[in-house]
Amino acid sequence: MDSVFGLVGKDFVILAADATSSRSILVFQHDLDKIVSLDAHKIIASSGVAADSSNFLEFIQRNLKLYEFDNDSKLTTNATANYIRNELAIALRKGPYQVNLLLGGYDNNEPSLYFLDYLAALTKVRFGAHGHASNFILSVFDREWKENLTTDEAIDIIHKCINELKTRFLISQPKFIVKLVNKDGTKVI
Amino acid sequence: MSILQYNGGAVIAMKGLNCVGICSDLRLGLQQQTVAMNFKKVFQITDKLYVGLTGLATDVLSLEHLLNFRCKLYKLKENREISPKAFGAMLSSLLYEKRFGPWFSEPVVCGLDANNNAFLSGMDLIGAPVFSDDFTVAGTCTQNLHGMCEALYRPNMDPEELFEVLSQCLLSAVDRDALSGWGAVVHIITPEGTITRTLKCRQD
Repeated sequence: MDSVFGLVGKDFVILAADATSSRSILVFQHDLDKIVSLDAHKIIASSGVAADSSNFLEFIQRNLKLYEFDNDSKLTTNATANYIRNELAIALRKGPYQVNLLLGGYDNNEPSLYFLDYLAALTKVRFGAHGHASNFILSVFDREWKENLTTDEAIDIIHKCINELKTRFLISQPKFIVKLVNKDGTKVI
Repeated sequence: MSILQYNGGAVIAMKGLNCVGICSDLRLGLQQQTVAMNFKKVFQITDKLYVGLTGLATDVLSLEHLLNFRCKLYKLKENREISPKAFGAMLSSLLYEKRFGPWFSEPVVCGLDANNNAFLSGMDLIGAPVFSDDFTVAGTCTQNLHGMCEALYRPNMDPEELFEVLSQCLLSAVDRDALSGWGAVVHIITPEGTITRTLKCRQD
């Protein structure tokens, strides 16, 4: 039900998520931020069960901060993605977290986007989407995405995706939160 | 849909004259939807030993980490690289350990032992091994793969011929399977070294 999607540009990553929190037929709120900053250059967007989502993200956030304190350095996006995958994989056979994640980060002068699913499948992608919305959004991305997108072009593509959802997706999602990560850090658009 | 077919994939390993080859497709999907086209399913363990893991992607990744860890530990303890036969036995044991809550992955082991004799082995998800003299297949389109391999295989092929045959078998088989494809990667392992080639095929 949550729509979460993102893409990689020339030197940035953009993640977008709807801001609706709901269960069954009731909408709780229209301003839930599903994109969380893990540090200055990493953001993670999650979709799935709200409880697992907030619990797991907080857990990851705090553990990454602990790593930073212990080792005086931050993990790269690739290392973070593998760490998250490991946590999900361990939990999978005990009490799985039903969260699908998109992790975007910028390090070593290169942006990267990782797709993580609730079964702990991990892959590096150029663009990705989770949930029912992925059926609509992936086609837009397949058509519009190209190498070395500028910020404006990427935001344009995000707008196209949001319009597509507003036109054709059954569930009304009036508000989206979009965040960008580049060498200067995170920015809300 | 069966859990082994959730993510899709195909792996073939084949024996040649003083060489072995292993190849896999590159698709990662969530049932009918394709998510990534760069998800390799064949992993290097030592210079002359490769393992191909099909099945549920999360278990492919988990097993790869676990196997790498165990082989590095083996190397530290024994001060030599693990042999393909020992690796196969270890993998079989690892899988059977989870007999009643298995890893959803069907591996293919392929390598050259210390005397450069070829070793091929395939297993089911709980570790029952079958040792092969010609080829071993695994994945979502095993029927297609078996058919193609049976038709095109001949014994004692040299590395170039082996590459051709392996590629054609995999490409033709995955072309008819919705859950596999989107490119392939082929490794040919010879006593002199390994040659890796990436292939482009029908992108659908």
